[in-house]
Amino acid sequence: MGVFVGGDTKAVVQGITGAQGSFHTKLMLDYGTKIVAGVTPGKGGTQVYGIPVYDTVEEAVMEHEANASVIFVPAPFAADAAFEAIEAGMKTLVVITERIPIRDAVEVMAYAKREGVVVIGPNTPGIIVPGECKLGIMPSHVFRSGVVGVASRSGTLTYEIASGLSVLGLGQSTCVGLGGDPIVGLSFVDVLERFGEDEQTRAVALIGEIGGNLEELAAEFVASEGFDKPVVAYVAGRTAPAGRRMGHAGAIVMGRAGTAQSKIEAFLRAGVGVAEKPSDVARILAGELRR
Amino acid sequence: MKLYEYEAKEIFSKYGMPTPKGELATSPKQARDIANKLGVPVAIKAQVLVSGRGRAGGILFANSPPETEILTRKLFGAEIKATRVQRVLVEEKLAVRKELYFGITTDRSSQRYVAIASSEGGMDIEEVAASMPEKIVKVLINPFYGFRSYHARQIARKLGYAGSQLSDLAGIFIQLYRVAMDYDAELIEINPLVETTNGKFAVADARLLIDDNALYRHSEYKERLFQERTELSPKESQAQKSGLAYVMLDGNIGVIGNGAGLVMATLDMVHLYEGRPANFLDVGGGASADKMAFALDLVLSDPRVRVVFVNILGGITRCDEIARGILEAKKRIGFVKSMVIRLVGTNEEEGRRVLTEAGVHVLDSMEEAAMRAVELVKSGG
Repeated sequence: MGVFVGGDTKAVVQGITGAQGSFHTKLMLDYGTKIVAGVTPGKGGTQVYGIPVYDTVEEAVMEHEANASVIFVPAPFAADAAFEAIEAGMKTLVVITERIPIRDAVEVMAYAKREGVVVIGPNTPGIIVPGECKLGIMPSHVFRSGVVGVASRSGTLTYEIASGLSVLGLGQSTCVGLGGDPIVGLSFVDVLERFGEDEQTRAVALIGEIGGNLEELAAEFVASEGFDKPVVAYVAGRTAPAGRRMGHAGAIVMGRAGTAQSKIEAFLRAGVGVAEKPSDVARILAGELRR
Repeated sequence: MKLYEYEAKEIFSKYGMPTPKGELATSPKQARDIANKLGVPVAIKAQVLVSGRGRAGGILFANSPPETEILTRKLFGAEIKATRVQRVLVEEKLAVRKELYFGITTDRSSQRYVAIASSEGGMDIEEVAASMPEKIVKVLINPFYGFRSYHARQIARKLGYAGSQLSDLAGIFIQLYRVAMDYDAELIEINPLVETTNGKFAVADARLLIDDNALYRHSEYKERLFQERTELSPKESQAQKSGLAYVMLDGNIGVIGNGAGLVMATLDMVHLYEGRPANFLDVGGGASADKMAFALDLVLSDPRVRVVFVNILGGITRCDEIARGILEAKKRIGFVKSMVIRLVGTNEEEGRRVLTEAGVHVLDSMEEAAMRAVELVKSGG
């Protein structure tokens, strides 16, 4: 059983008939994820890999008891899709879409928070509970079931680090991508709170990058709340120039804010192990777990 | 996307905010005519998008129309932080009593917009926040009911104003919030917001950054982004047109990878082994052979690049597609430079086979590959 989602999660895919939506629906189904319905306005009544498609989330929920939605809808319509899912009673949204306008994202997050809905993303690779379910687009073959909880701001780097963990025999309890946009639903602290309570999770890997202050807040949380599971962090962008967006809309050092240095120092002050290279994450965690 | 001061001021003025009288000049003669019309003294402000313009000598003051012409000529001949000046804004010079700051941006950790004000304007607000945090007033804006008049009045009070000045100032704050929302601002600032010697307020400098991801709602600027690309090098704009995230750096190892985090980590690792990357290039998820070939073309044609380091971890991206892209680039332009290729993940076997058959060596580990790339540069590429 993972955090946020698990084997009993029943998901709807919004934007299921698009190229990305249908391709990943197939892969999610292959992984054993319970995808119960799809939604694409105007395509109601059709099917994608045997999954019934509806025009509205409301209809999909009426016919199937879904509690999560994976959103592949293009950015200009993604906020609307998220509102629709929240209003239809979904408890978890996984927003794969990237580059959603800030103003839209701010509105979605406020509404979700009020309704007690967890938003993963936008611009997330999704969430995977190895061996149980995958809501997202990550390559499942790099993940193994195990005891390390992973929270990350980067997709490919998560695969790099997860495969490093898997090779050393360290499986993962849940891997969640926070998302690369400036405004995302989950913070590292939100995920740490869940990993703290989760019995399967015995250690945590945090994969951060430049921009914002989610890493600093996580360090503060670990220090002040006496988080009692070992935590190791990696921060990408130590050598990134200030003022330039490094691929992700959210990965930018603005003036003094958001530097890798500030994040690394905060982690070290909090007693969080900091990996110099992605491959060091697995090595350090293996050491911590042997103790 | 950053707007020029004069563009931002046009918008602010349309929303009823008090901006100094002034006009844009594209020649020294025109600047002189504007000074004649406005009356002196005037401020002559270089229209460039770099920050710290004032300190870099981009704002001059003239006491007569002929002096305006001379100083404008001087600005046109100068570069402000490596940017050529092509236009100046000639404005009435304000009689300053006090300089304030007001701006709106996003607070990522609370997922809200935040209004920030300070009685210490005219300098970088981050410096104020660092050195005099007690001089900063912050109001987090609740998305359900927005930034309202009483918030604006609270801020004006905290800056020490009362009476009609309080209403005037609060009015400016509210209008700036409206512009921020209507124009999808990622950052909007009046700095300084000047209190003049007669107790009025004026927008002395204006900054407006539009959220790039919202440009589809502001077609007038989207067009401009593609026309001007003021801050991008030719390579950067070429990459942008093709949907590649490319940032030029100052080294000699060309780096290509998939995924922003992985590419950043690759740059860090090259530095760790004492190499210097020439660029950041993310081909994104699921890149086709064609896109990969284009990316290689872009990096190989950079005269500064001596070694190219390709780091691919295939998730949605398929290693066989990448391999075909690499061979396509080889066919088109040849491997004119040393290549180090690390290729693992989805369809890895096929990708390796394709490259190995063509005589291209492939590595497994990112560290090994980074070390190899740095060694190659040291041994003369």
